[in-house]
Amino acid sequence: MLREDQIERYSRQVILPNVGGKGQEKLLSAKVLVIGAGGLGSPAGLYLVSAGIGKIGIVDSDKVELNNLQRQILHSTKNVGKPKVESGKERMREINPDVEVAPYNLRLTSENILDIVKDYDIIVDGSDNFPTRYLVNDACVLSKKPLSHGGIFRFDGQAMTIIPGKGPCYRCLFPEPPPPGAVPSCQEAGILGAVAGVIGVIQANEVLKFVLGIGEMLVGRLLVFNALDSSFRIVKVPKYKDCPICGENPTIKKLIDYEEFCQLKTQNKKNKNGG
Amino acid sequence: MEEKKPDATLDLRGVVCPINFVKTKLKLEEMNKGQILEIVIDPGEPMANVPRSIKEEGHRVIKVDKINDHFRLLIEKA
Repeated sequence: MLREDQIERYSRQVILPNVGGKGQEKLLSAKVLVIGAGGLGSPAGLYLVSAGIGKIGIVDSDKVELNNLQRQILHSTKNVGKPKVESGKERMREINPDVEVAPYNLRLTSENILDIVKDYDIIVDGSDNFPTRYLVNDACVLSKKPLSHGGIFRFDGQAMTIIPGKGPCYRCLFPEPPPPGAVPSCQEAGILGAVAGVIGVIQANEVLKFVLGIGEMLVGRLLVFNALDSSFRIVKVPKYKDCPICGENPTIKKLIDYEEFCQLKTQNKKNKNGG
Repeated sequence: MEEKKPDATLDLRGVVCPINFVKTKLKLEEMNKGQILEIVIDPGEPMANVPRSIKEEGHRVIKVDKINDHFRLLIEKA
């Protein structure tokens, strides 16, 4: 049963057909993991906490930097220097004390990720690098956890939702990472803050639809956004039968070394502030 | 025709839009199809909005009475 203050707080969504009190109860008992408290994780996390998701985990190993604030709207000037997960938790609790926020001040690895994702219903990938993106995809496929993928670059963004067993995964779309250095990070390439906002909010919307069980998810459909001409396109993505993790004869049965997979080990690892 | 006896009642006098409708909707969710909910709402904005929203959700407003300066509605859950 919703409390009086919850009826008031969530009234504008409880009023919606297909949401109602039952939908709100679903949101209040849902557990969502947001990977990266950056450009995508900030808007996604803000809408999820506002909607009354019961528990939100946030994973990030970085501290807030001044150059983050142009797009990472979960953080504020006074929190520069603080761990992003602490800054994010503080802001989320200010917005909605109903929500339990679990901070993970760490970098995800093949060793720790499965133990973290197992406690959540759906995962939001707001990471800014290829090793983490493949790690998160593989961990979600192996754990059969739904995953909202989002990516941004300069004036472009994309999003797709992965439901293991139902549709294609990130590897069906991109079986291999690009060669190191072929794609510059946001640090080098730049990013318009609002582009991160558009994609992060689409990811939050996918999560809300999943939890409520309404609408059509972006499963097998890659949404491509261009900010300069304000266009959205949907590109159909089939399941790849030779996908190394979710294909007919998967070759990856446990998590691998993703730094090595993305050939970043020998590279200078300074490019970490991309997202 | 004899009036059906309500299965539940909500006094929503003094409750503003849209909270009056939200409370009606939440109460209806708990009830079974065909059961009757009685609500009492204020004239003006509530009377202009609440019956329409109830009908939009597919329920039937089966009776409206003006009692003093407020309205009493009987709603049949769809």
